[in-house]
Amino acid sequence: MLTLARILILAGVILIGVPYILVGIGMVVGTMGMNDLFQMTQTIVIGVLIGGLYALIGIGMTLIMGVMGIINLAHGQILMTSMYVTFVSFKYFGLDPYVSILITMPCLFLVALFIGRYLLDPLIGRESILPENQVLMTVGIGLCLTEIMRFIFSSNYQSVRTSYANKAYYIGSVSFNYPLTIAFFIALMLTVGLFLFLMKTDIGRAIRATAQDKEAATLMGIPQRKITFSTYALGSALDAAAGTLLLPVYYLFPDLGGPFTLKAFVITILGGLGSTVGAILGGLTLGVYESLGATFVSMGYKDAVGMVIFLLVLTFIPGGLKRVTKI
Amino acid sequence: MKKPIKGLGPIIIFILAGVLPLVVNHDYYQHLMILALIWVVIGSSWNLLAGYTGQVSFGHAAFFGIGAYTAGILYTKLSLSPWWGMVLGGFSAMILGLLIGYLCFRLRGPYFALATLASGEILRLIANNWTDFTEGMVGILIMQTFVSKLPYYYLIFFIAAACIFVIYLVMNSKWGYYFVSVREDQDAAASLGINTTLYKNISLMISSFFTGTAGAFYMNYMGFIDPSVVFSLHNISIQAILVGIIGGVATLWGPAIGALVMVGIQELFRTAVFGLAPKWISQGHALAFGLLVVLTILYLSNGLVGDWPKIKKIIFRRPSREVS
Repeated sequence: MLTLARILILAGVILIGVPYILVGIGMVVGTMGMNDLFQMTQTIVIGVLIGGLYALIGIGMTLIMGVMGIINLAHGQILMTSMYVTFVSFKYFGLDPYVSILITMPCLFLVALFIGRYLLDPLIGRESILPENQVLMTVGIGLCLTEIMRFIFSSNYQSVRTSYANKAYYIGSVSFNYPLTIAFFIALMLTVGLFLFLMKTDIGRAIRATAQDKEAATLMGIPQRKITFSTYALGSALDAAAGTLLLPVYYLFPDLGGPFTLKAFVITILGGLGSTVGAILGGLTLGVYESLGATFVSMGYKDAVGMVIFLLVLTFIPGGLKRVTKI
Repeated sequence: MKKPIKGLGPIIIFILAGVLPLVVNHDYYQHLMILALIWVVIGSSWNLLAGYTGQVSFGHAAFFGIGAYTAGILYTKLSLSPWWGMVLGGFSAMILGLLIGYLCFRLRGPYFALATLASGEILRLIANNWTDFTEGMVGILIMQTFVSKLPYYYLIFFIAAACIFVIYLVMNSKWGYYFVSVREDQDAAASLGINTTLYKNISLMISSFFTGTAGAFYMNYMGFIDPSVVFSLHNISIQAILVGIIGGVATLWGPAIGALVMVGIQELFRTAVFGLAPKWISQGHALAFGLLVVLTILYLSNGLVGDWPKIKKIIFRRPSREVS
């Protein structure tokens, strides 16, 4: 209970407290007015909705990080691939993007399983000069995924236009974008599902055991390597879900992967490497502050927000939010 | 088998590379050679930091771009000849390197990799948005000094040779051993009294200096830069790593070979094997390189140069003489 309270307080401070304090300062100084105060609520709402998706991306990344001990530099590219799968199933089969999550997740799960089994797993224990062999491999995989998609779909921008894309409903004076809200709740369900899976099932326990101590896990009879590359696939499947959910409110082109890999990093570093709760908090934080940056600073610096957070975290709390939440 | 005389190889390569542009008197091929040499510089300096010192950088575009922008901004803001950038670009990259090093070398694990990656992106965003200073997305356009490619070729050839020579000197000095010791076991190195942070910083400074110089050269040679070109994560930072991996990390000539392979393969595909292959193949130039990288990591984890004995054995099918 104490942990939960701590997390909630932290989330409140970061997501709501700090932005309003900033506006308060702005109002005292005189650069901001009442109008900004109303706008702030709207911005935070949008930020939290997007942050839910970011959290999903971050959980995938942090899961892989925790179990494999590597940063997955192909994370954004897997997201991009999943977006293309969604795009194809929408354009050629007329499937609703939110239904196609049932296709993209298994699809990318299999792709990532293949990558994990045949490209990443063989590198374990291989003698090489740099220990980061697997990380570099994910760089290569990311490049290949990008180029395959470019090869098939060319570099053109694509997007999925659903009939409800621009609909919104209102609670009070705050508007909730329809697709984003659906996406947020699906993301929430997936997150809860993942938690139950990790906490209650045998495989979930095996994954956690592997993340804690590989050798001890092996001694307990856990097929550690299988678990490892399956986790890679699991993390990628979550990532794929995020991609599918993101597509209706976003656009798509092959080089999209890079920026999202960066976002995934920022989230994981912010949350603390290997911490799932941290990733959720990190995702929400990134979402909120990005939309704050876009609204109150300038659209061009939206992407810079993540980087600034990253540098601040690196300088002041190198362990990330994990140090505060303790899980 | 006669033993080759030591030191003859580099001299032969040096002479060959010096004569080559005079023989191949075609702008396109000379352009390719210049590109390859730029990559030799970037790849080699990445290799010094990542391969020898073990600090894998994912943001060499930051140094490259800073070098290029130093040259460009000197021209647009101070009306100095962009050639001054060749002198100053390296130093401004070095200062940036010091900053990053100061921030990140206190930490272990993947932080350095992530921080370099972030710094490259931050610089790209700044260059994009700070329009007054950097001209933003419009980029900087300058007049090239020479029409012929030969002066550029010899200049970058000189830089590349200097880069490789400096790395050779460093790696054969005390510093080199310190670098490797940091890579192999930081705790052991520290317990032997090696100031690991200092040597990581020195390695980073040398590396960033040459990358910055290459960036300044790029500005002078291409005559045009914009943030998405010189600060590109995909085309510079990642490519620098791939060049190093293909050739072989922690080998003196690895990145050079990697650069040649990369430029060679990409152009081979871009021209669709000189028009012999079907046209659609030209779309796959980057894909081909990507696949090559994946295969290299999978089967030759030390790169073409590092695993040369292994390749030789496969190609010539010599029975292994090792007795196990």
